[in-house]
Amino acid sequence: MSELHQTPSQTVGPFFGYALPYEGGTALLPPHSPGTIRFHGTVFDGAGEAVPDAVVEIWQADAAGAVVAKRGSLSRDGYTFTGFGRAAVDGWGHFSFTTVKPGAMRAGSAPYILVTIFARGLLQHLFTRAYFGEDDPFLHSLGERAATLFAVEDGDASYRFDIHLQGESETVFIDYGVDVGA
Amino acid sequence: MELSTQKEISAEIAELQATADPSRSHPDRAFSAYRSTALRHPKHTLVRADPEVIELVSPVYGHSDVAPWESDLTIQHAGVPLGERIIVTGRVVDGEGRPVRHQLVEVWQANSGGRYVHKRDQHPAPLDPNFTGAGRIITDEDGGYRFVTIKPGPYPWKNHRNAWRPAHIHFSLFGDQFTQRLVTQMYFPGDPLFPLDPILQSISQQEARDRLVASYDHEVTTEEWATGYRWNIVLTGSKATRMEQEGDA
Repeated sequence: MSELHQTPSQTVGPFFGYALPYEGGTALLPPHSPGTIRFHGTVFDGAGEAVPDAVVEIWQADAAGAVVAKRGSLSRDGYTFTGFGRAAVDGWGHFSFTTVKPGAMRAGSAPYILVTIFARGLLQHLFTRAYFGEDDPFLHSLGERAATLFAVEDGDASYRFDIHLQGESETVFIDYGVDVGA
Repeated sequence: MELSTQKEISAEIAELQATADPSRSHPDRAFSAYRSTALRHPKHTLVRADPEVIELVSPVYGHSDVAPWESDLTIQHAGVPLGERIIVTGRVVDGEGRPVRHQLVEVWQANSGGRYVHKRDQHPAPLDPNFTGAGRIITDEDGGYRFVTIKPGPYPWKNHRNAWRPAHIHFSLFGDQFTQRLVTQMYFPGDPLFPLDPILQSISQQEARDRLVASYDHEVTTEEWATGYRWNIVLTGSKATRMEQEGDA
């Protein structure tokens, strides 16, 4: 079977602010609902400066580790958890979501949130994972750099996940076998 | 820092393309002729991982997520926007040609004068009170999408001296798997700015760049109403089962 050729990526550019963010995009559940956490962080560039024009998306299982296949990621109804969220960072590179702490999707692996980063100056988005737990074969394979993938508890029901696009503490970014394209 | 000239940028583009990996469809994130990449591309090689179940599915969208008027960017205000009314249509398919059904397509663009509705766009071209430039569509059973808009204008930017972006529409796409996620730009045929633009030229192969250029399609053109463009999108998924034979490339 002949395979079709991948459509190439281009940067999200600087002017997405009136198009990509949407009402309820950062609240996978209403803030302060029972069982919710704050999942937040800052996007940094290679000079350690905050990146003020990035978009961060999260995609995750629910608290029991189940993948939710329900509508309502765009048009939030206030109680259906769909697992998807989108945040444009603020002027200080900061993003913040209200979500639930995901459960592990299978035995022997640590739970995580899939995090996708788009930015001006980034010609193709980057995938990474924010882990809630350290005992995981993928994390073990990373050595010291695994530390860049931990969601760090920084308060009551609050977890911080900073993203370093470059530099000494560059985040581990993931290729799922789609980075090159055919 | 003093800005480079177009001549210097063009020479840098040629040099980068000559040494690029020709098997890549996507741009090299370290493409230095696009200056903003300098501090924003990872220097470590990306780490290969097999997708887990969450990465092999996508958010579920439906027509309840998007209102019908969101696919017509010319009817979002009291008046009619200025410029050349166009229809853009095509199909979203995966690497095997299967339609990507009921998925979200988001588009955004500058107005006909090349100005974005964004406070940081300082290009001294007029804003159009009747044009915002953002739309959303859910693909149909055949992976098809269609929207009506105004042809965007080219605009200047500060990458180098006298730098101009070719006219384009931004697209955000979801596949059936989250690993197929794509944000890209669609261009219009025959734009003289193509060879000068470090963002388009960050894709090293001509054949791959051509995939971002829509075709004029007279079958899409509507009598006495709008000209038509066709642009198809391919979202290839993860190749977990073929990882071993592909090696670490």
